[in-house]
Amino acid sequence: MKKPLSVVTALLLGGALLSACGSGSGTAGGGSGDTIKLGANLELSGQVSAYGSSARDGMQLAVDEINQTGGVLGKQLQLIALDNQSDTTQSTTIAQKLIEQKVVAILGPATTGNTMAELNVATDAKIPIVTPTGTAAKITVDESTGKVNDFAFRTCFIDPFQGTVGADFAIKDLKAKTAVLYVANDSDYAKGLADAFKKEFEKQGGKIIGSESYTSTDSDFRTTLTRIKGLNPDLLYVPNYYQDVGKIIKQARELGMNQPILGGDGYDSDTLVQIAGAQNTNHVFFTNHYSSDDPDPRIQDFVKKFQAKYNRKPDGFAALGYDTVRLVADAIKRAGSADPVKIKDALAQTKSFDAITGTMSIDRYHNPVKAAVVIEMKDGKQVFRTKIQPTT
Amino acid sequence: MTTFIQQLINGLSVGSIYALIALGYTMVYGIIKLINFAHGDVFMAGAFVAYFSYTGLHLGFFGSLVVSMAACAVLGVVIERFAYRPLRKSTRIAALITAIGVSLFLENAGIITVGAQARGYPNMLPDTAFNLGGVTVSTKQIGIIALTVVMMVILQYIVHRTKIGKAMRAVAYDPEAAQLMGIDVDRTISFTFAIGSALAAAAGVVYGAYYSAIDPLMGIMPGLKAFIAAVLGGIGIIPGAMVGGLVLGLIETLVQSLGFSLWRDAVAFALLILILLIKPEGLFGKHAREKV
Repeated sequence: MKKPLSVVTALLLGGALLSACGSGSGTAGGGSGDTIKLGANLELSGQVSAYGSSARDGMQLAVDEINQTGGVLGKQLQLIALDNQSDTTQSTTIAQKLIEQKVVAILGPATTGNTMAELNVATDAKIPIVTPTGTAAKITVDESTGKVNDFAFRTCFIDPFQGTVGADFAIKDLKAKTAVLYVANDSDYAKGLADAFKKEFEKQGGKIIGSESYTSTDSDFRTTLTRIKGLNPDLLYVPNYYQDVGKIIKQARELGMNQPILGGDGYDSDTLVQIAGAQNTNHVFFTNHYSSDDPDPRIQDFVKKFQAKYNRKPDGFAALGYDTVRLVADAIKRAGSADPVKIKDALAQTKSFDAITGTMSIDRYHNPVKAAVVIEMKDGKQVFRTKIQPTT
Repeated sequence: MTTFIQQLINGLSVGSIYALIALGYTMVYGIIKLINFAHGDVFMAGAFVAYFSYTGLHLGFFGSLVVSMAACAVLGVVIERFAYRPLRKSTRIAALITAIGVSLFLENAGIITVGAQARGYPNMLPDTAFNLGGVTVSTKQIGIIALTVVMMVILQYIVHRTKIGKAMRAVAYDPEAAQLMGIDVDRTISFTFAIGSALAAAAGVVYGAYYSAIDPLMGIMPGLKAFIAAVLGGIGIIPGAMVGGLVLGLIETLVQSLGFSLWRDAVAFALLILILLIKPEGLFGKHAREKV
């Protein structure tokens, strides 16, 4: 089945390229005028569409707000949000499309894999990219050379940090002494979190008594979970996305495993509760960028505005999408120009920017230094548990 | 020991789902010698029809199951009428490629109409777990295994004890001779597709209820696994599909329980290659003359 699928991908890609050519000629030279174009390359459909759609709503809210207060450098912001179908090939194509439409920066995609897919295209075109929620370290720092990727930035903290915070929470708050890692082998995100968790957990005296993997197309986890059940750990660390995690939580609970299950921001979707079943989500915890229950007045103000516009509570993706637009707008203001390279330089020099997801500075690896929260699920509802400040 | 029994139950549940899909696969192959690669996608369609009749029309579990089986029976007949019948006289590879085309069509039609993202499946069945000395068995698992056995028995009965079954076997044996004897070959083949697709729909509903999540691409892997199960048992042979499904489920579980979870699919496909090399007629494929 691999072959026919790739044929379809090729056809889709061909179609997208053709249409990209079509629109490219139409907008040539249309980059000037009274607007500054921000491109958004997001997962609006596909596997993780919940992330991209939320991020877009947050971005749009920020753009509207900035425009109401006079825009940036006297110009209005325009958000061009296109759908990459949660697919790496499409993500590359969409980035090219946006560059052809003369955007000054690309916001998104929401996941690491899709962000990596646009990195080279954007770097070649000298357009800065800011992912709201791509958490893998390698987005901003090249893995093999250790060099910083000049044009890549992010609004969220990185995977190792989530894993470290998770381990800290597991030991100090949950009093876990032993843990089993259960990791999607084809997910960089999951592997990144698991590595950092392991390092910190063992450093603080915990013991990893088992490490299991699966691939994210799996549906049946009972066999491996039965194995893990036999090890009887204090905690399961399952740092993956909501679709798999929902099934894993449900099947683990059905097998009578009541251990706490801990993970990262990939849990942040209502679909997780739908799949797992509300009562099964008790004793599920995850590290996240933000909680709408956080008593911080800046956050409560944002929640109110978001609810007024979209009639639902903003999740972490919406909050980071919102911050991403504001971060870029701030950089344009400080650069005094909408020139992509100048925006890039200004982004790298961000100090104590007043983001709603925590005051942040961009460090020399283009990663923000900011606080993380731990969220607990109670009968399917997310409850703010604690906030952990960065130690570095 | 309890872990072993638990794994056995896990394996039987997975195997039953493979078997349920494989039944439809093998029956269609038995009659017209076509490997219907769209079968896994009819399975997906079935899961979605039941999802919408349950959440939208509030038909309850059995109502949704019946609606979904009926809708997929129609879908199967339509697919046969428009995609396979015009090619009945062409080479088998042409029909096979068409089957892959239909499969891709259904998958992408699914993505366009319902969206690519997974959605949670409603809890259609009472879900009580029994704890028997450390081994957990849920009512769903018992239900799946029971349903598969019942379906196999019904299918065996239809094929071997009814008039239409006799017609099906006759068409399988020699379509032209069957036609000369006054059997309506087109109708018989349509009927075969209707039953096979209804079975796929039932499997889809059960799959959704068991794993609690569905998406338009959910049929690809189970479809391929069911294909392996059908070949393993001897493609075209109904009890063979059942046994093939269970054996495959148990082997996969064994591989995973030994800690090689990433090797599970590789082992399943290696098994397919092995069986095709060593015993292409499958475990039950001795008397190849009466394949139904």
